[in-house]
Amino acid sequence: MPRLSYRRALTRALADEMTRDESVFLLGEDIRVAAANVTTGLLKKFGPERVLDTPLSEQAFTSFATGAALAGTRPVIEFQIPSLLFLVFEQIVNHAHKFPLMTGGQCAVPVTYLVPGSGSRTGWAGQHSDHPYSLFAHVGVTTVVPATPADAYGLLVSAIRCDDPVVVFAPAGALDVRADVDDLVPVPLGRGCVRRAGTDVTVVAVGHLVHDALAVADELADQVSVEVFDPRTLYPFDWDGLVESVSRTGRLVVVDDSNRSCGMAGEIIATVVERVRLAASPRRVTRPDGAVLPFAPALDRAVQPGREQLSAAIQLCLKDGS
Amino acid sequence: MTDSDPVRLYRTVRLIRRFEERAIDLVRAGEIVGGIHPYLGQEGIAAGVCAALRDGDLVTGTHRGHGHVLAKGADPARMLAELCGRVTGLNRGRGGSMHAADLGVGVLGANAIVGAAGAILTGAVWARRRRGDDLVGATFFGDGAVNEGMLLEAFNLAALWRVPVLFVCENNGYATTMPVAGAVAGTIAGRAAAFGMPATAVDGQDPEEVRATCAAAVARMRAGGGPELVEARTYRFDAHHTFEHRVRLDYRPPEEVAAGRSRDPVDIQGARLPLSVRESVDAEVEAVLDAAVGYALASPAPDPATALEHLYASGLTARTGGG
Ligand SMILES: Cc1ncc(C[n+]2csc(CCOP(=O)(O)OP(=O)(O)O)c2C)c(N)n1
Ligand SMILES: [Mg+2]
Repeated sequence: MPRLSYRRALTRALADEMTRDESVFLLGEDIRVAAANVTTGLLKKFGPERVLDTPLSEQAFTSFATGAALAGTRPVIEFQIPSLLFLVFEQIVNHAHKFPLMTGGQCAVPVTYLVPGSGSRTGWAGQHSDHPYSLFAHVGVTTVVPATPADAYGLLVSAIRCDDPVVVFAPAGALDVRADVDDLVPVPLGRGCVRRAGTDVTVVAVGHLVHDALAVADELADQVSVEVFDPRTLYPFDWDGLVESVSRTGRLVVVDDSNRSCGMAGEIIATVVERVRLAASPRRVTRPDGAVLPFAPALDRAVQPGREQLSAAIQLCLKDGS
Repeated sequence: MTDSDPVRLYRTVRLIRRFEERAIDLVRAGEIVGGIHPYLGQEGIAAGVCAALRDGDLVTGTHRGHGHVLAKGADPARMLAELCGRVTGLNRGRGGSMHAADLGVGVLGANAIVGAAGAILTGAVWARRRRGDDLVGATFFGDGAVNEGMLLEAFNLAALWRVPVLFVCENNGYATTMPVAGAVAGTIAGRAAAFGMPATAVDGQDPEEVRATCAAAVARMRAGGGPELVEARTYRFDAHHTFEHRVRLDYRPPEEVAAGRSRDPVDIQGARLPLSVRESVDAEVEAVLDAAVGYALASPAPDPATALEHLYASGLTARTGGG
């Protein structure tokens, strides 16, 4: 079985889609030399017409991509830093996302926004450590956060093929994951998966936290049977898949690298309690309200959802209602 | 083909003028909700620019966008139906005055975010030309937009990548109530110069002058030239938005308004035609607009159950908001 790294899975997805579909092209900062080591080799393979290095003009090139998509192409933008999404939130939300409805269905805006290295990259501090996927789920832009190399490949392929804008968050904490992958296939948007079967509690983990959740589940294996659900796409969310899991386990814990207020975890819990009668109060492990990641490594870690917190939340959830 | 026929140019300015006057009546009558940003006084710019373009060329308009959409060739009846929020509107009643779009005639939308459309148009023109289509684009914006970073970024991208986009600044002297002198450091042409883009100033009240200047710029662009800027000096005859019909804001001296209104693009172009021709065009325009108003008001309003239709082009359906 070939071993594949998360980064190379992204590269393969880009290369395969560019080969399959002439209308796919890439733009971003320093992508010709592959500074983020994602577009590696693509300039040589596809030429400068399809691998565009842009000036540092995020707002203009994001809307440039919207226009190019209106004209029938499928642009993929690589963003160097997750917080650049704050700069272009207007261009994505107010234009790309709204055009189909506002024009009464006259157009589609198939742009993919790829953020390799979202979330904490230890040592990059306040302005480089955001993980703003909840914002995009809130506004209703298709939002995916792949946890594994196979999903990084499969979800990026599906994002590029999707007729709507899609933001692909590749968590910094997952970029170094490697896995044995047999088959590189598209992964449908909006479909979660059970990463580990269990019977006592469903843990929903987003992105790189899937790996933490699996580790915690193993640690607790002799006390509790944990099911780990990876939503993979946060918007549209696989509510039926999650409800199926929680209906069996009766308990829910969410671990989510968002700020607590209006973060994804809150929505997950709200929707599940609307649909399932739980045996215990649901729990969530998140960043604090209004988090700004401090520089010093110990502080940075203290603000991110950690394994001990998750372990404690699972145990609290089990004690409750039993 | 570019259209230098003075009658056609007159018909376009007259159509926009009377469309706007009738739209204002419909705002007063409560048929158009939310009001409009009237294009009255600026008609010569949309008419002149679009006369310099071909059918296949692309444009984007602004919040004050009815003139741009009409001049590029959208059906006035479906445009008016859009303003009235009817299913027969250009956008099926989902866009309204500030988002009217007709991709079929190359209008990628009026856009209500000041300064936002230039980059979108640049990307669209770039992508179509890369595919081998021989076309250019024109993007309209006001004097207020020249202080928006994203528009200046678009100037840079278009100039850097030599995308043939005509950046048309409609300088009507004010951004809402803010005079140009209070907002623009340097000059509008100077912003173009900074990116190595040629800039030409024109009298926006003279449709012929706008057409001739833009036709020359478009010819240079079609011959392989990069983007250019045209600053059309103009005057807005009416309110920034129809809300001003109810709330008087004191920012333009009456003498200035009178002087501005004395140079009327409809009269300037009309004076170039024999009176009989002018009268017959006027009658023709009235008939088109009578029919448009009839069509709009007779058209059904959309069914509330379809409010989320077209939200996603991929066919995704959103959860509704009820309990
Ligand atoms: C980015 C942005 N800022 C503010 C507004 C609110 N607004 C709408 S029109 C307008 C004035 C625009 O002035 P100008 O560009 O000169 O166009 P004009 O209205 O004179 O045609 C303002 C401030 C907006 N729509 N978009
Ligand atoms: Mg103005």
